[in-house]
Amino acid sequence: MMTNPTGRLTQGQFSFLPDLTDAEIAQQIEYGLKRGYAWSVEYTDDPHPRNTFWEMFGMPMFDLKDAAGVMMELANCRKTFPSHYIRLMAFDSTRGIETITMSFIVNRPEKEPGFGLHRTETNGRTQRYAIHSYSNDQPEGERYR
Amino acid sequence: MNAPLYSIPGASLPPAAGAPASPAAAGAVSATPDTAPPKTVAEVLAQSQVETVMDELDRDLVGLAPVKSRIRDIAALLVIDRLRAQHGLAAQAPSLHMSFTGNPGTGKTTVALRMAQILHRLGYVRKGHVVSVTRDDLVGQYIGHTAPKTKEVLKKAMGGVLFIDEAYYLYRPENERDYGQEAIEILLQVMENQRDDLVVILAGYKNRMETFFQSNPGMSSRIAHHLDFPDYAVGELLLIADRMLGGAHYRFGDGAREAFESYLQRRIAQPHFANARSVRNALDRARLRQASRLYADRERALSADDLSTIAAGDILASRVFAQAESSAS
Repeated sequence: MMTNPTGRLTQGQFSFLPDLTDAEIAQQIEYGLKRGYAWSVEYTDDPHPRNTFWEMFGMPMFDLKDAAGVMMELANCRKTFPSHYIRLMAFDSTRGIETITMSFIVNRPEKEPGFGLHRTETNGRTQRYAIHSYSNDQPEGERYR
Repeated sequence: MNAPLYSIPGASLPPAAGAPASPAAAGAVSATPDTAPPKTVAEVLAQSQVETVMDELDRDLVGLAPVKSRIRDIAALLVIDRLRAQHGLAAQAPSLHMSFTGNPGTGKTTVALRMAQILHRLGYVRKGHVVSVTRDDLVGQYIGHTAPKTKEVLKKAMGGVLFIDEAYYLYRPENERDYGQEAIEILLQVMENQRDDLVVILAGYKNRMETFFQSNPGMSSRIAHHLDFPDYAVGELLLIADRMLGGAHYRFGDGAREAFESYLQRRIAQPHFANARSVRNALDRARLRQASRLYADRERALSADDLSTIAAGDILASRVFAQAESSAS
């Protein structure tokens, strides 16, 4: 049984859509900037659903007026990590919100092997489940090539 | 087949059938390009409303004739470029980086702000904000600090104008391990590769900027427009003083304008004369003297006229006159 027939990681916004083009990404950034969000770029090669904290690529970008700045940083990140997962996150600093309000993947590896479900039998006949990424058997930095 | 009820942002919207464009909406969308492509210079000007900024520039700024004519030239080029684009005569995006050289107080910063407006109205910068920085904002204090710092400033300036005041401080030839060179290299790279994303304006005093450009030929050749701001003549400075006073609801009393003129003539001859900035400072000091003059007379009922008049005595009490007399005697 395949629950994710496209075999693509589905985390964050727009993840069931085809990859966003650069122009579409820029428009999303513009939308966020208009609402006063601070964008940041993050990357990882361990896309486990529980791995919520990805590596930061540079500092969050406050006080930007135009999407070109974020796109420049994204281009840098893509150049450095061409086959990692890269996502853009928008931080809303409004008092009382102070959290990430947008997050979407903008770069994925060519081949995404996906996750396997591990079942373990414990006390009695209790089943414990774990999700394991097939690519995580390789060491960090060699997972997606 | 039903058309989708939602609209995808950025997708070209088909005009709603039968819905006439309301005139109010048509007036409000001057920022977005109109439906009909402009065919004449007048249409481009009308759409971009650049004329109003140019007129403001002419009206608000005294003197600066060579600067104004250069700005008109640049605006004309941008207008013609837009018309050329309509016919598919796409030329390379013009390099709009500029350097403003001139003595202190000649209006470099003011013109840079106006420049951002003009470029924004013509659609050459997307946001039209000005990020004003000096060496401290670009150059770091230790190895590896400069590049992120410069890039952060550049990212903030994207879509607008980056105004680097006293740009010659970026390059310090006396210290060969200075990090300024690193900042210059990053600047050059972005100025070259992302010239449609931001416009860089370097400003500084003329002779020091010339040495700066001589030692950084790459910077000089990437800047298309070198604008030189001339010093103001006494008459122009008087006009500036009139406007400053008018803006603050003051006016010259009897003989005060003549007194100020002779003040200016003496002050120009002295060192550290900073054109319009010195005029502002002199007027501020005259306001102080006027205030203490009025304050001294406690029982007097003061009319609005009294409160807004700078008397000749307020100006003649200046140190500049005392010095001139002592040097004459």
